[in-house]
Amino acid sequence: MNRPLEGLLVLEFCQFLAGPSAGLKLADLGARVIKIERPGSGDACRQLSIKNIFVEEDSLLFHTINRNKESYAADLKNPEDLAKLKQLIAKADIMTHNFRPGVMEKIGLDYQSVQLINPQLIYGVVTGYGKEGPWAGKPGQDLLVQSVSGLTYLSGSAIDGPVPFGLSVSDIMCGNHLAQGVMAALIKRAKTNKGVLVEVSLLESVLDVQFEVITTYLNDGGKLPNRSQAKGSAHAYLSAPYGMYETADGYLALAMGSLPEICQLIDCDITDLYTDTHSAFENRDLLIERLAETFKKQPSRLWLERLERHGIWCAEVLNYQSATALNNYEYLQIEQQLDLGNAKQIRTTVSPIRLDHEKLFAAKAAPKLGFDTAAINNEFDIN
Amino acid sequence: MRPLEDYLVIDFSQFLSGPSASLRLADFGARVIKIERLGVGDICRTLYTSDLIMNGESSVFHAINRNKESLEVDLKNEDDKKLVQELLKKADVMIHNFRPGVMERLGFDYNAVAVLNPKIIYGEISGYGTGGDWKGKPGQDLLLQSVTGLTSLTGNEDSGPVAMGLSVVDMLAGAHLAQGILACLYRKVVKNEGGFVQVSMMESAYDFQFETITTFMNDGGCLPQRSKKNNANAYLGAPYGIYQTENGYLSLAMGSIPVLGKLLGCAELLDYTDVMEAYSKRDEIKAILAKHLLTGSTAHWLSILEPADIWCADVLNWDTLMAHDGFKSLNMIQEVEMADGYQYQTTRCPIRIDGELLTSAKGSPKLGQDNTQIKEFINQNIIADA
Repeated sequence: MNRPLEGLLVLEFCQFLAGPSAGLKLADLGARVIKIERPGSGDACRQLSIKNIFVEEDSLLFHTINRNKESYAADLKNPEDLAKLKQLIAKADIMTHNFRPGVMEKIGLDYQSVQLINPQLIYGVVTGYGKEGPWAGKPGQDLLVQSVSGLTYLSGSAIDGPVPFGLSVSDIMCGNHLAQGVMAALIKRAKTNKGVLVEVSLLESVLDVQFEVITTYLNDGGKLPNRSQAKGSAHAYLSAPYGMYETADGYLALAMGSLPEICQLIDCDITDLYTDTHSAFENRDLLIERLAETFKKQPSRLWLERLERHGIWCAEVLNYQSATALNNYEYLQIEQQLDLGNAKQIRTTVSPIRLDHEKLFAAKAAPKLGFDTAAINNEFDIN
Repeated sequence: MRPLEDYLVIDFSQFLSGPSASLRLADFGARVIKIERLGVGDICRTLYTSDLIMNGESSVFHAINRNKESLEVDLKNEDDKKLVQELLKKADVMIHNFRPGVMERLGFDYNAVAVLNPKIIYGEISGYGTGGDWKGKPGQDLLLQSVTGLTSLTGNEDSGPVAMGLSVVDMLAGAHLAQGILACLYRKVVKNEGGFVQVSMMESAYDFQFETITTFMNDGGCLPQRSKKNNANAYLGAPYGIYQTENGYLSLAMGSIPVLGKLLGCAELLDYTDVMEAYSKRDEIKAILAKHLLTGSTAHWLSILEPADIWCADVLNWDTLMAHDGFKSLNMIQEVEMADGYQYQTTRCPIRIDGELLTSAKGSPKLGQDNTQIKEFINQNIIADA
C-alpha cells in the first residue's frame, strides 16, 4: 500500500518512551526509522522490563515500542563514529533526540550544528520541562511530570489524596505531539526547502491534556478541582450520575444523562435530592451514593438492558480478559503478530490509524542492537 | 510562516475528539470552519462542566474551539447543502465524528465528498469502528475507558475501577486523527493525492495501553495487579508511587530500595537487597516507605534525595504549579478575544516550531458569526471560476 511517509529517513537518538513512540508512529505511516544506539547497551529501555518479561536479550517493553525500526550502533563520544553519523545525518529527513538540554551542544549535534551538515533536516527535540527555567535540568520522568502538573488531583475521589494516571500519559501524549509537529514540519519544509526545529516537552504535553479543565480554572476565579467524596466518581467537573457503580456482579459506567429519567428506569427515589438540573452539581456526591445503593441490588446485565433500551449512555466495566473477548475487539483487528525469526512470535497492537480503508499492519519486529549497522554503512557509502 | 498557512479545514465534528484535532490544525496555521447545526450548534456549547458559563457558553467549548470560524447551516436545506458542497470543493481537509451512517444520509460521506473534491483529506472518528456489532453505541469517553480495561490501571488494589479523570480517549483519538491527516497532507504535497483517514476511540484507547496490553497478550493473560497502596503503575515495583509526607506529598519513580533506605535513614529498607524484591515485595516496601515519609516534610526529603539524583518530585496543584518559575518560564497561558470583545485565558498549543510559540489571539466563534463572510467568499469563488 501507498503509505504517506514512504521514502523519508528518520534517525532516532531517543530512548525510553516519549521519543520512540513518535518514531513508531512515523514508521507505521511509512517512514524508515533507524535507532541510533550506544554500542554495548543501546536504548536503556532494552533492559527496562515490566514484570521482568524479556524476549531473548531485550525487554518485551522495548519490543512493543520499537517494532518496525532498524538499529545502528554508534558511540557519540567516539570521533570516528561521530564522523559516520554526520554522513548519515546528511542523508536524513528527520532526526529526533531526548537528551537533557546541553548534551547535544557538547557533542556537536545540536540543531545549529547539524544545519551545516544538512540544511533541510527536520530536528525534533523532547525535553522534560522545556530547555529554560529552573526545571530544565530535572529528570523528565512521567510520574514526576504528572506530579508537578496538577494532573493527580483529577482522578479518584477526594479522600484518596493525589492519584496519578496508571499509565505514562505524559510520555505518550508528548510522543503524539512530536509526531504531529514533525509532520507539520514536513509540510512547512516542502514550501520553504529549509530545515525546521520542532520542540516538545512532557510538561507542556500533560498540560495540554488538561486544557479544558485548566481553561475552566483560569476563568472561574481559580477554583481547584473538587473531586467527589463518593467512590466511583469519574470526573471532578461533571455532575451526577457520571461515574462507575458497583452492581451485584461487577461494575457499570454511566456517562452524562438525565437523572430523573435514569432514576425512573432503575427505580431509585431521588426526589429529596433533585429539584432541577443544578441539583446534579450541588448534590453530586449524595446523588452518586444514592444511585450506588440501588445499583448494588441487581447484576450489571439487567441494568444495562433497562438503560440501553432507552438510549442512556452506559457500559459494563471490563477487564483485559473480558475486553479482549469482545467481538468488536476482533472486528477492529487490535492485534498483530511480530515474527522474531527462529519460529518465535510475539503479539502486540497495530497503529490506531486506518488509511484509505486499510489498517497499517507492520509485522517487522524490533531490531537487535546494531543489527543494521553494516548494511546501513554499505548502503549509504559511509566510511 | 506557519506550516499549514493557506490550508482550509471544514469541520463537522462536535464535543472533543474531532474538534481537538482541528484545534491543532488551526494552531499549525490552517483556517478552520466549524459547520454547525442551525439554532443549536456544536452540542459542546451547552455541555456545561463545573457549571461555568463564559459569555453564554460552556468553558469547555471555549477551550476547544478557539482559533476557528463558525458557519451555521441546515444540512437538510438544499441551499445550505449547496453552500457546504462549494466549501468542500475548496477545502484541503474535512473532519466529522458522527455515528456511522449519518454522513451517508446527509450526503457527505467519503465517497460523495471525493466526487466533489478528489484531492480532499477526509478524516472521521467513530467510537467503535464503522461496522461490527457495536457501531451504533455511543462513543463517549468514560464508556470507552470502561470497555477497554483502562479503569483497572489507576488507583489501588481495593479501589474498584478508577477512571482517568479527563476525557483522555477523546483526546487520543483527536491526536491520532490529526496525525493521519498531517501524514496525508504531506502525501498530497508530494503526490497530489487525496486520502481517507479513519480513527476509532476503541483503537485509540488500546494504542494508549500498548505497553500493558502487549504484556497481557504475552504473559499468559494475567490481569494487571495494582499495589495495595500508593499505586502509580500496576506493572512497576516499589517505590513507584506518591507518598504523603508531614506537610504534603512526594512522588518517587524508580530507585534502588537499599539506597533509598540509606538516604532516608530508614533501616528497615536496607534488607531488600535483591532487585527482584522491589516488585515481588512491593506492598510491604511501600508500606514501610509510606510510614517513614510521614515523619518529615516534602522539602526535607527532596533536599536529601535530589542531590543524590533520586528521581523524585513535589506534588503540586494548579495554584502551586502556576506560582512556580518552572511553569512561568513555559509561557503556557495565552489570552484570546472573541469577535464581541469578550476575553479569556486558556492554554496554548504544546508544540514549538522554529522556536516560535504557536499562540493565536482569536477566541471561539459565536454560532454562525462567520456566515456572511463565508457566503461572500464562496460567491466570489464561484464567479471567479465561471
